[in-house]
Amino acid sequence: MTAKVESWGSRVGLILAMAGNAVGLGNFLRFPVQAVQNGGGAFIIPYLVCFLLMGIPLLFIEWSSGRFGGKFGNHSTPYILDSMVKGRLLKYIGVFGIFTNIAVVAYYCYIESWTMSYMFHSVMGTFSGMTQAEVSAFFTSYVDIGHSTTGIPYEAVVFYIICLLINTFILSKGLSGVEKVAKIGMPLLILFGVVLAIKALTLGTSGASEQFPDANAWDGLNFLWTPQYESLWDLKVWMAAAGQIFFTLSVGMGTIHCYAAYVKPKDDIALNSVSAGFMNEFVEVVLGSLIVIPIAAGYLGLDWVKENAGFGMAFQTMPYLFQQWGEVLSVVAGVMWFGLLFFAGITSSLAMGTPWMGFMRDEFGWGRNKGAWSFGAMALILGLPTVIFYQQGVFDEYDYWAGTVSLVVFAMLETILFSWIFGMDKGWREITTGADIKVPNIYKYIIKYVTPLMLIIIFLGSLFKPLNNDWSGNVSNLLSGNGWNLDNGSIIKTITHAGIHEQIAVATDATQIAALEDKIFYLNMARFLLVGLFIFISLLVFIAYKKRVKEGRATL
Amino acid sequence: MNSTALITMLLTQGIVISFTAFFFYKVLTTPPRQEPDSFEDNDEELARKND
Repeated sequence: MTAKVESWGSRVGLILAMAGNAVGLGNFLRFPVQAVQNGGGAFIIPYLVCFLLMGIPLLFIEWSSGRFGGKFGNHSTPYILDSMVKGRLLKYIGVFGIFTNIAVVAYYCYIESWTMSYMFHSVMGTFSGMTQAEVSAFFTSYVDIGHSTTGIPYEAVVFYIICLLINTFILSKGLSGVEKVAKIGMPLLILFGVVLAIKALTLGTSGASEQFPDANAWDGLNFLWTPQYESLWDLKVWMAAAGQIFFTLSVGMGTIHCYAAYVKPKDDIALNSVSAGFMNEFVEVVLGSLIVIPIAAGYLGLDWVKENAGFGMAFQTMPYLFQQWGEVLSVVAGVMWFGLLFFAGITSSLAMGTPWMGFMRDEFGWGRNKGAWSFGAMALILGLPTVIFYQQGVFDEYDYWAGTVSLVVFAMLETILFSWIFGMDKGWREITTGADIKVPNIYKYIIKYVTPLMLIIIFLGSLFKPLNNDWSGNVSNLLSGNGWNLDNGSIIKTITHAGIHEQIAVATDATQIAALEDKIFYLNMARFLLVGLFIFISLLVFIAYKKRVKEGRATL
Repeated sequence: MNSTALITMLLTQGIVISFTAFFFYKVLTTPPRQEPDSFEDNDEELARKND
């Protein structure tokens, strides 16, 4: 007995849900930091080039693959890919499209729960009167779950579970629940972003203090947007731009396929995909660049920003800066900032639940409730180690393997599959069928040649990341016969915990050595969980295949 | 803010805003397809028209 297949309420709802899937915390926190670290205004050139050559093509590929699979009643990547190409093994590539979502949501919901908690603390006035160091220390004590900032025991765990429950409850309402959240969340996110951006743009030098007499918000914008054209010749900048485009659009995850699988074969995907893609770019390039960096530079000065720009600024710095706006405004700004991050987070985490639910409904007839609550339970089991052992690096380990490597591998494989095995003629027909815009023909060649090549380069770049991320220097070394020195952050060295082993080799303190050895244990435990999840989903795909054979539905 | 940075910022953001607005405007103004389409919200309207 198969559960009823759902559909989207409206076209705008679909686009907002897709844009919400793409817009995440990285739009506000990762993009400006990447721009600052990679040539300021010149970063935007490789960034936009990568958007046109890799981002848009990947959107076309994933939307059209999803709609194609949906035609055969498939709403998750294993059987979407199976409907596109012959071969029993290729559907297992699609396992990434479910695995990544469950593994990522497990730790992503933890960040989402921080935004909920920080909204609560902003309203309660927790940060009132705190120094910058105290605000920063608050975060450290928050993630060290043994301490409680409110008196609620294991507060971080409580907020995490509440966040998961909210996600699961909305998911249990099906696509209509997801769509409603996107229709409310996205406009509010944009509104909050615009208000904070206006405040940042009008800050000027009014935030200068005795401690930071040179603080000036315009310096932050100058630094972010002044082109340093020489950086265009640095391969590192291009790799960073490609990476940013890749992660900001949420491609390589399987969520876009799943959402698009509910679009009917004659309906447009070309205009929908570019519209959702550009909405994400608006949030990132316009709003993302106008909040954190100028506000931080306006109070702490440009030198501080250059030294400290990073993900932590959202929680360790912004609440302190908002305190400078007075008692009432600081609460409003805190709610807006963390509310904005919350909406950015929840619209993405909800998307991550849908491939699992779609798969279990298609293959095993599971209803929305069963699908949603089983997803929540898996996320909880996998996520609790990231909460409890956050300080031991379990969170980062999940992010590296599930949130970074898996995406690149899946996007690379699906692109090759779409362009070369499914075939570009069929692929182009899928992209342009029902299109409400004229897709330039050049994209046929970009998708076939340029996008796969770029993804292969990104994958190889992650596999063999050069020492200190110095691409140009290492390429020169290689060409002059001096070899290629791998960075500890490369996939090859990460597998062997090379960085930690190096730290152990130079450590003299027995306690420190023991802590590092413990860390290896925790990281291996995280990998064991992730591999276990991948095998579990592969097994389900295999059982589904056997079931399909029995029912005479299996493709060859 | 220096003029190069200002131009870069305004140009980039202008391009992004223009494309976003253009595509979203096209989405809003493109007439819906004949039923059955992918969206539930307009099902009743068309059913009424058919009556």
